[in-house]
Order: sequence, then C-alpha cells, then structure tokens
Amino acid sequence: MITIMNNSDSEEEPCNERTSLMSAESPPVPSYQDGLQASEAGKFQAHRKRRTGSSRSPNNVADEDVSAAGFPVRESTLDDEEEELTLKYGAKHVIMLFVPVTLCMIVVVATIKSVHFYTEKNGQLIYTPFSEDTPSVGQRLLNSVLNTIIMISVIIVMTLFLVVLYKYRCYKFIHGWLILSSLMLLFLFTYIYLGEVLKTYNVAMDYPTLFLIIWNFGAVGMICIHWKGPLKLQQAYLIMISALMALVFIKYLPEWSAWVILGAVSIYDLMAVLCPKGPLRLLVETAQERNEPIFPALIYSSAMMWTVGMVKPDAAARGPSQQIQDADEDGRENHWSPSHADSHVSEMRGPVPTCPITSFEEPKEEERGVKLGLGDFIFYSVLVGKAAATASGDWNTTLACFVAILITSSRAVHVPHGNASLSPLLCINRQLVQI
Amino acid sequence: MGAAVFFGCAGIAFGPALALVLLTVAAEPLRVIVLVAGAFFWLVSLLLSSLLWFVAVQLSGPQDPRPQERLLLLGAALSVLLQESFRFAYFKLLKKADEGLAALSEDGRSPLSLRHMAYVSGLSFGLSSSIFSLTNLLAEAVGPGTVGIHGDSPYYFITSGETFLAMALLLLHTFWGVIFFDACQRCRYGCLGLVVASHLLTSGLTFLNPRYEATLGPIFILTLGTALWAFLTAGGSFRNLLKCLSCKQEEDSRVMMYSALRGPCED
Repeated sequence: MITIMNNSDSEEEPCNERTSLMSAESPPVPSYQDGLQASEAGKFQAHRKRRTGSSRSPNNVADEDVSAAGFPVRESTLDDEEEELTLKYGAKHVIMLFVPVTLCMIVVVATIKSVHFYTEKNGQLIYTPFSEDTPSVGQRLLNSVLNTIIMISVIIVMTLFLVVLYKYRCYKFIHGWLILSSLMLLFLFTYIYLGEVLKTYNVAMDYPTLFLIIWNFGAVGMICIHWKGPLKLQQAYLIMISALMALVFIKYLPEWSAWVILGAVSIYDLMAVLCPKGPLRLLVETAQERNEPIFPALIYSSAMMWTVGMVKPDAAARGPSQQIQDADEDGRENHWSPSHADSHVSEMRGPVPTCPITSFEEPKEEERGVKLGLGDFIFYSVLVGKAAATASGDWNTTLACFVAILITSSRAVHVPHGNASLSPLLCINRQLVQI
Repeated sequence: MGAAVFFGCAGIAFGPALALVLLTVAAEPLRVIVLVAGAFFWLVSLLLSSLLWFVAVQLSGPQDPRPQERLLLLGAALSVLLQESFRFAYFKLLKKADEGLAALSEDGRSPLSLRHMAYVSGLSFGLSSSIFSLTNLLAEAVGPGTVGIHGDSPYYFITSGETFLAMALLLLHTFWGVIFFDACQRCRYGCLGLVVASHLLTSGLTFLNPRYEATLGPIFILTLGTALWAFLTAGGSFRNLLKCLSCKQEEDSRVMMYSALRGPCED
C-alpha cells in the first residue's frame, strides 16, 4: 500500500528526475495504474505520515507507534520511503545550498580581485596579537599557532557564554547583542566597503547621497533580517553580510594564522557538534527541548523563513530567533558556533517552522528547504578569498578551492546523525561509508 | 586585447559547453552533483600529475632545456594516463551509486541512468580541463597587451593555445566519457585502449604547436570521429536522429494517452 501510494504521489510531482527520464525509456503505465488504484484519502495519509516520518527521532518514534498497530513491516518501508524521499530532495537541497555559497564566494572573490584595500596589510585584530613579520620560518609558524590558540579560546569562551545565556533564558541580552552586531555590520562595514569600492573606481559621491544609500541599505537589512521581509531579499542580505564579514577576516588575519585558524576551527566545530557535552550540541538540544527555532535569523534558509515572522511575537520564542551574525570581534566567535550548530540543524529540518503555531500550513516536503549557518558561508568565503588574495593572481587556485568547497559543503549538509545517516550526494557517500 | 578578445575567446571555448550545461544539466540536481564531483575527480588527477612532474623536474635539475622538454612530454603522457585512471575511478563510484539508487527506488530503476552519468561525467572532465587551461589566459586577455610581440605566433590566443583547442578538448572529453563508461560497462577493453590512445594522441599533437594547421586540423578531425563513435555507442543511429527531429507528433499522442488514462480513474 505504502509503496503504491508512493508511486502515485511521485507521479504528481512536476519535475522529478525519475519521471522525466522514465518517459524516454519505457512507459510507466503499470505502476501508474497501481498508484491510481490507491484512494485519495490514503494518499493524503501517507503524505502526512511521510512528512512526519522524515523529521527527527521523536517524531519517528511517534510514527512507529502509529504504524505499529498491525504492520511491523510498515516501519521499515516508512524508513525506506523516508530515505528515498530524502535522497530525492537531498539532491535538490544540495543545489539550493550551492547557489548561495557560490554567490557569496563570487562576491568575495570579485571584491578581493578588484578592491585592493582588502589585500593590504593594515594591522591585525587584537585576537591575533603575534605578528608574522619575523625572519625565520619557525618563528612565524610559532606565532601563527599562538594566534590560533588565542582565537580558538576566544571562540570557545564566547560560545559557552552564549550557551549559558540561552540556557538561563536571557533572551533580551542575546537579542540586544545580536541587534548591536548586525547594526555594526550593516552600517559601519557597509560604509567602509562602499568607500573602498568608490575609491577603487574613482567615483565621487557626496555625503548626503552616501547617507541616503547607507541608511536605506541598513534599515531595510535590519528589518529583513530581524523581522519580516521577502525571502529573496533576506537571503541577499544574509549573503551580503557574510561576504562583508569574510572580507574583514581576509584583511585582518595574517596569512599563516588564517590557514591554521581555518583548520583549527573545523576541528573545533566537529568536536563541538559531535561530542555529547559540546556547547553547540547543548545549544541545539536545549532549543529542541523547548521546541523553539534555533536562531533563524542566523541561518540562511532557502524556504519559508517568513513563517517565523508570521508567528505571534512571543518574546520567548522570538529571542533566539532573532540572533544574527555578529559583526564585532566579540560576536565573531559567537556566530561561528551557532552557525555550525545550524549546519547541524539543516539535517533535522523537522520542527523548525515553529510547529506550535497553527496559523499557517505545514509546508510540503519539497518546500521546506534547507538551512545552512552563516558561519559556514563565512568560513568558505574566507577560504576562497585567501586563496584568491595570496595566490598572486592565479585563478586556478581559486577555482580549485571553489570546487573543493562545493564538494565538502554538499557532504556537510547531511552529517550522519543517529540512524538517519543519509547523504545528499546520492548514494555516493553511503557507498563510501560502506566501503 | 581587451574585452572583445576576452568575450570572443570565452564564447568560442565555452559556448558549446555552456549550452550543454544549461540545456541538459542545470535543471536536474542529481546531474549537477555528478558534474561537480566529476570536476573534483579531474582536479585530483591534475594535482597528482603536477606533483609528480614537479618532483621529476626538481630531481633532474631545472637548468638544462633538453631534459626539460623530454620531461614535459613524459609529464603530459603521465597526466593523460592519470586522468583516464581517475575517469575509471569515477566510473566505479558512479556504478556503485547507481546500484544504490536503484536499490532504494521503488521500481528498481535509478533516477539517473549510467549513460546519463557517463555523459555528465565526460562533460565535467572537459569543463574543468578547459577552465583550468583557459582562465588565467582569459584574465590576462582583458588587460592591455599584444600577443606574440616577442616573436611568438600572434594567433596563439585564438588557435591552438587557447580557444579552439579548449573547445575541442572539452567536446573530446565528453565523448570519451560516454565511450569509456560504455566500454567499461561491457568490458570492451579494446575500446578503452582506443580512448586512452586518442587522448594521448591529442595531447601529443599539441607539442607540434606553432604549426597550428598541423595540430588543429587533426584534432578537429579526431573530434568529429569521436563524436560519431560516441553517438553510435550511446545508441544513436540515423533513424533515431530523424525520429528525434520529427518527434513532435509522437510525443503529443503519448501525452494524450496518459491524460486519457487519468480521467476516468480520478472520478
């Protein structure tokens, strides 16, 4: 029954790779007829079950309870369905991630190649106090490792601080912190960026015009990111602020330190997400217990973000949902941590569209979209930007980095989690794991 | 040089590829993933071959010109062999993926047939190969300069050095991908050897380079021949071609059949 319903449901999809390919080979008439024999109500039931079945384990448990009525086989078929659907949509979701990541990287690389401000050495952040202008290689390496240690410890401290704040429900504090940092990103950094671009192209602009442009850009950005706005506009703003943040890092991190930091952050990220007492995991689990969306404004979402805005502005629910990429150095570590929680979140895809509120339709499977933390955008853009900046104008390095990042980001969308070890790279990753 | 040369050369080299990607790959996520993964595999093969060449150059002493030429020949041949072996590795991976997908789907058929994967993987190898050979040159082409001012051929950009060769290589890689996968699937090792040999031949021909008629001519003939071979391998024939060109009516009738089927059952 379930498989038949599956067939019939899949026939309805307008653009499904399978149906479009099958029509070229042999007519799917037998399965089609079988599917048509299923009742409409049953189809709806299966659709609902599949939707709930595709979310995380608590819902899975509920599903199994429902289906355990008389059909133990149903559980496995449900899992298979879930897997197959997730695979089908996994590929689409990977593409939905490719596009913004690519756009962000394009913005960063274009800026690095044209605006020379971001490749000039003009001092360093206070988090990387050791200079790399030393004569010996060993000393330089040592300095970069020390810089990395300092940076990572700052990240850890800020993440723990954020987790503590979130645990004790200091939502107003988090809210204010994030608003402050997004203000800084949207106004100050944009002003600097615009100034440098104008300088590069030798375009004169008077202050009133500049004020008008920056004011409009910043105000609309604040509204889109923290409140409601058209989805595309919000996505564009998130990409812009990620690019701005990445540019700041490319400018102010000395070269060797930047590469060592990138490596160390990925290791930290893995540990923080996968260890049972890792701060990011704690954050995610706390948010799940409270059934709250995890920092929606800190995440790039490819669909239905506005439903969060449609929710009644309950202070408790809104607090974590307003968090956004921090611009200032305080917040910098902050956003890398929840962002990696968010890339972890992207595989859950279950309770995020604020379930308790029933004022909107539960989005269909294909519309639910996928989320990626902004920290991942920044990470990838810093990687590619550094490659573009330091490779003395070589495009091959940049392109190679770009392809490698696309491959790793598509694997990162579905980190194997529990029993739902699925991958968007079709079965490729599965087979590799089995090998 | 300027923008005209940039856009012209980019158009010649990447026009067919862009059309192929936009029309056949871009709309379907699975194919895009296969494309990107294929580019990655090609990149890894390039990395390995450049590492080996670099080590060889350092070992042999970078000063003398004659050994360097021979090393370059050897390096090119090694690179070709590595590319083909990575194509084989990709074939193995895609075959496993295909089996996995087929096992998971309800009707035992994978959403992306191995033939489509062969085509997309060939395209990805070709794309990454031409992108990596062209992009730096295109970036230089935007700026000021004169090609061949020091006595080299002034036609370097437009001909074998850049655009036409890149286009030919791109198409060749696509065809080789189709033929290679089919040969691996049917264990026809003769075809495999032929593909590798033609790749080596193409690479070797470019060493004749300032004499562009000697390189471009044979390479284009080779491209056409390989195109025909790939077409026949993929199951094409003259009749198929005619049917495709006049295929409108047949499809329409099929569509009507399905809608006819759907009508009564929905009631």
